[in-house]
Amino acid sequence: MESVVHLQDAGVSLGGRPVLRHVDLLVQPGESVGVAGPNGSGKTTLIRAVATLIGIDRGSIEVLGSHLGATDLVEVRRSIGLIGHQPSLLSELTLAENLEHVARLAGLDVSRVANALDVVGLAGAADRRAEAVSFGMKRRVEIAHLLMTKPRLLLLDEAASGLDESAHDLIHALVGSVCGRGGGCLVVSHDRSQLGELAARVLSLSGGRLERVT
Amino acid sequence: MTFWRQAIEIARVDLVVERRIGNTLRITLPFAVVALMVFPIALGLQLGVVSVVGIGVFWALAILFGMQVALRQSATDTRERRDLQALLGVDPTARFVGRCISGGSLMVGFMLTLLGGMIVLFDPVVPPGAWPVLLLSTLLVAIGLTELATLAGEVTTDLSNRTVLASLIVAPLALPLIIGASQSVAALERDTGILPWTLLLIATDLALAVAGVALARPLEEATR
Repeated sequence: MESVVHLQDAGVSLGGRPVLRHVDLLVQPGESVGVAGPNGSGKTTLIRAVATLIGIDRGSIEVLGSHLGATDLVEVRRSIGLIGHQPSLLSELTLAENLEHVARLAGLDVSRVANALDVVGLAGAADRRAEAVSFGMKRRVEIAHLLMTKPRLLLLDEAASGLDESAHDLIHALVGSVCGRGGGCLVVSHDRSQLGELAARVLSLSGGRLERVT
Repeated sequence: MTFWRQAIEIARVDLVVERRIGNTLRITLPFAVVALMVFPIALGLQLGVVSVVGIGVFWALAILFGMQVALRQSATDTRERRDLQALLGVDPTARFVGRCISGGSLMVGFMLTLLGGMIVLFDPVVPPGAWPVLLLSTLLVAIGLTELATLAGEVTTDLSNRTVLASLIVAPLALPLIIGASQSVAALERDTGILPWTLLLIATDLALAVAGVALARPLEEATR
């Protein structure tokens, strides 16, 4: 069975400074892996490299069975879902319009939007503009987006930070749903307790190196 | 089909956002019209002079304020939005085309409004047959300037001071558009034929379109 993510001796430098060094990481289908590390340890760079949003300088990276560099990234990227530090919503659009925009770009049926908003508890706020809602509500919209697009690889970068308990439950459900479909999850956070809840195994990233398994 | 669906969706949402923010309609356009009014006021009652300089003033303001309209997208583009579009499988070329459609629509509207304002305020003296030429030149400049600014926005993605840098790219490269547009009406006055200048505008527009389409994907990857 092909791996979901496989990094071998991967290295990434940004602005001439090495951020990730000799990283080996394997995420198997149905598995959720956590990576803990302090600020500046390279967690976001790791997520962005796996998301194909930045290239690696050395080693190899395989995502969803495709060796990056030898593949058309567009198809691989369509199967990746990412929740990053900052919400990616357009402030001037309503929550529903943001999801409709996502659905249209992804070639999905727009009628799924209402149901997705309902699932994340935002049915009553569908017509509110993104600029007028809280950070937690924006996060819920991003969860709704991933519920619609059903990624095979889910990447969470401090996604649970600052969220209430019910939003945590939604992220749990999202991770469970992706892993249940045979996909994989990579979750990074500085908070080990969050990772313990979301990942079956947790690695530690320090100084750009994945050091130990807990 | 996916390509055009993505391009049209990007253009549609960009226009919705623009309608709600109102950068062009509520900020740039009123200032451009005020700037247009400065000349007749400054020149007093010398109506002959006002009517002669009208078209020149129009082109100067169209380029100056048109650049603000054209570069408005790159100022609001965030890394998160670009990442989202990449992960949704948006073709960078569709993105470029979509932005050109929305930016071009705004630019054409902006320039035609400015042209109308110039005609009312300056009552310009033009040679016979100049109006269709002026209209065609306005459309070609609007398209070219939008393509150029969209391309400059892509080149300067993720750079600090990107708005300034994009302007510095657009200004010199807009010269063929400025020369072609201003000379097409002047050629009518000299009775030397407008074809070379119209062809210059069309060739510039086509060259920018080809460059934008060809570079969209490499630029998308290179700026990550």
